[in-house]
Amino acid sequence: MAKGGAAGMIVTDVANWLSDPANWTGQNGVPTRLLQHLQYSLVALVIAAVIAIPLGLLIGHTRRGTFAVVAIANSFRALPTVGLLTFFYILISPHIHGTGNASYFIPSEIVLILLAIPSMLSNTYAGIENVDPGVKDAAAGMGMRGSQVLWRVELPNALPLIFSGVRSSFLQVIATATVTAYVGLGGLGRYLIDGLAQQDYPQMASGAVLVAVLALLVDLLLALVQRYAVSRGVTGRYRRPAAPVERITAEAAA
Amino acid sequence: MISYFQQHQSQILSWLGWHARLSALPLLFGLILALPLGWLARRYRWAYPPLVGIAGLLYTIPSLALFIVLPGILKTKILDPTNVVVALTIYTVALLVRVVADGLAAVPEDVLQAATAMGYRGFGRLVRVELPIAVPVIGAGLRVAAVSNVSLVSVSALIGVPELGQLFTNGFQLAYQTPILLGIVLSVLLALAFDTAIQLFTRALTPWRRAVRPA
Amino acid sequence: MKSVRGVTAIVAGAATLILAACGSSSNPTSTGGGAGAGGSKAPSDTIVVGSANFQENVVLADIYAEALKAKGVKVSTKLNIGSRETYIPALKDGSIDLIPEYSGVLLQYFDKSATAVSSDEVLAALQKAVTPPLTVLDQSQAQDKDAIVVTKATADKYHLTSIADLQAVAGKLTLGGPPEFETRTDGVPGLKKVYNVTFKTFRKLDAGGPLTENGLKNGQIDAGDIFTTDPLIAKNGWVVLADPKNLYTAQNVLPLINSSKASDTVKSALSAVSAKLTTDDLVSLNEKVQLNKQDPDAVAKQWLSDAGLG
Repeated sequence: MAKGGAAGMIVTDVANWLSDPANWTGQNGVPTRLLQHLQYSLVALVIAAVIAIPLGLLIGHTRRGTFAVVAIANSFRALPTVGLLTFFYILISPHIHGTGNASYFIPSEIVLILLAIPSMLSNTYAGIENVDPGVKDAAAGMGMRGSQVLWRVELPNALPLIFSGVRSSFLQVIATATVTAYVGLGGLGRYLIDGLAQQDYPQMASGAVLVAVLALLVDLLLALVQRYAVSRGVTGRYRRPAAPVERITAEAAA
Repeated sequence: MISYFQQHQSQILSWLGWHARLSALPLLFGLILALPLGWLARRYRWAYPPLVGIAGLLYTIPSLALFIVLPGILKTKILDPTNVVVALTIYTVALLVRVVADGLAAVPEDVLQAATAMGYRGFGRLVRVELPIAVPVIGAGLRVAAVSNVSLVSVSALIGVPELGQLFTNGFQLAYQTPILLGIVLSVLLALAFDTAIQLFTRALTPWRRAVRPA
Repeated sequence: MKSVRGVTAIVAGAATLILAACGSSSNPTSTGGGAGAGGSKAPSDTIVVGSANFQENVVLADIYAEALKAKGVKVSTKLNIGSRETYIPALKDGSIDLIPEYSGVLLQYFDKSATAVSSDEVLAALQKAVTPPLTVLDQSQAQDKDAIVVTKATADKYHLTSIADLQAVAGKLTLGGPPEFETRTDGVPGLKKVYNVTFKTFRKLDAGGPLTENGLKNGQIDAGDIFTTDPLIAKNGWVVLADPKNLYTAQNVLPLINSSKASDTVKSALSAVSAKLTTDDLVSLNEKVQLNKQDPDAVAKQWLSDAGLG
């Protein structure tokens, strides 16, 4: 069968699976799994942001400890997620009793948080560091002091990079949250792991498509937020009046 | 941990070798594919958004999903490590297209004009002027891709591919931390090795950056 | 410029090195290694032994592999592949040639409507149901069944001795097991059909691994699908619920093999293993690997030498 034929089969498999109403209801339905996935991702992202962004602002502003902190954060990127997941699960879950998801949730969240920190930390730090020194000088000249410079000048100027770090982290977390199904968690990764165990190809392919679509939508949403949150002075996106030469020639032609 | 390593040395080294190959090959193929694509994205303004957009889209496909779905598309056998290489190549290309495009775009305009004035044009200018200047940026992107690949390869242990990730699945089944820790350490060392190698490589390719001594 | 030529040379050199290393890695006698990444298969006189994704099967695969090696057969292994649904296709497409299996569940895989219950009935039905080129060889008396297992506390609380006792209370309880348990004939659907037992929730965990074991111990699940040879059952004082209606039929360990690789040497080596393997052996093998963290390959070799086969 031609390659196009195989790809076409996947499309029909996914279409059939997604149009089956049974797959949209109940514990294993798409809405439940989607919400779980978002929940796991958001918790990790928020906690990572609370850790990474203030830290990035601090070291970017004071220029102290940059090498050590950034090196440690970047080394987090090298950690294998499956390894960390299994490690934390075995470490933590024997101590967690009770009927809830905590024994799967906590180790998974730790791993996702560790994964989300590097991008946000390095982007925040780079954003602050790359603020035009002339701008900072002007701020100082206007009488602003340390923390005022940080909050009113450096942070707004660094927002594009910070946002791009948040977006990048969020995407990574959403993609990696699929692997947490290996240690018993829910989310869209369940379709992959269960589909693999049950050799249910349509389920697996649909799971893959759903995660990709989720990531895409989240990214678009964040791009939209970025458009309106970042000051136009920074991005330079405002309508310029026509250059003087053009105005004059336009008037002369009229 | 050392004694565990010694006990299973040949097995672990075999997995390490596989892991290194499965991480390195996609870097090579990915770079080869990303260079022309990135150049296209830079050369034709209208091509940049769709190319980078598709690249971004490809990057969001979770690795486990790709490993599972590829055998059906590629008609490879289920346990074939080729699936891993193809999947990681896709990710590497997705990452590098934008890096190459931005790297080429960062070449200062006056340098381009000087090169043209000296008689370099088209492909010659690309290879002898633009690419060498873009090497640091591309090198940085390659480092990120390398480290990311090393981590992603271990996900393939969930479908039985022989590499360091087997230490994680084995350890997990036995609730045994030693192989897991060993696997983490070896993965990080491997990632570090790739990172350093690429750094040295890019430094070797850009001798002019070292020639300038600050006054 | 010099640097361009230098770069091309380095890249070409690196590429050749990597590709060469790739090709030379298909050493057929290396344990645990796969076939070469270029798709080059192991030579046709090598038997590739696979295993499922739980440790008992890994040890059994090692036993088969070492027994064959002792008789001079060339062997390579691909362990920890996945669930039955994943590795049977690998058997069919030739990625692996041999795998240790359990007669009852294997029969159900090939024939969902099978009704055989006893060891001999199951074997006879299995020999007919297995699709060529696959075939099964002599079975051992060792058995390892799926079982519904509860903690002593739960058993006391609800007066549970058999699966049938769950009928009244299962609606309040959570069952845990591997994801494939949800769809298998002897899994969740089987419990409903044979015993009219439906649990409130089914947690998808793993095949008798730490997720299920921890879950049972710590309360995330009230009942678990755990294998009868799991050493933790004895260690934790868990209760294996009786199965009077034989939902879980005989599960004798036997080799599932591609008949093209089943030479006389192979058959006699594997039959010798089957003749000596007992259920108690399985439990003790599991104890050594799971509780004492011994190496599966070493444990396999030890068993073979104790049995006079290796």
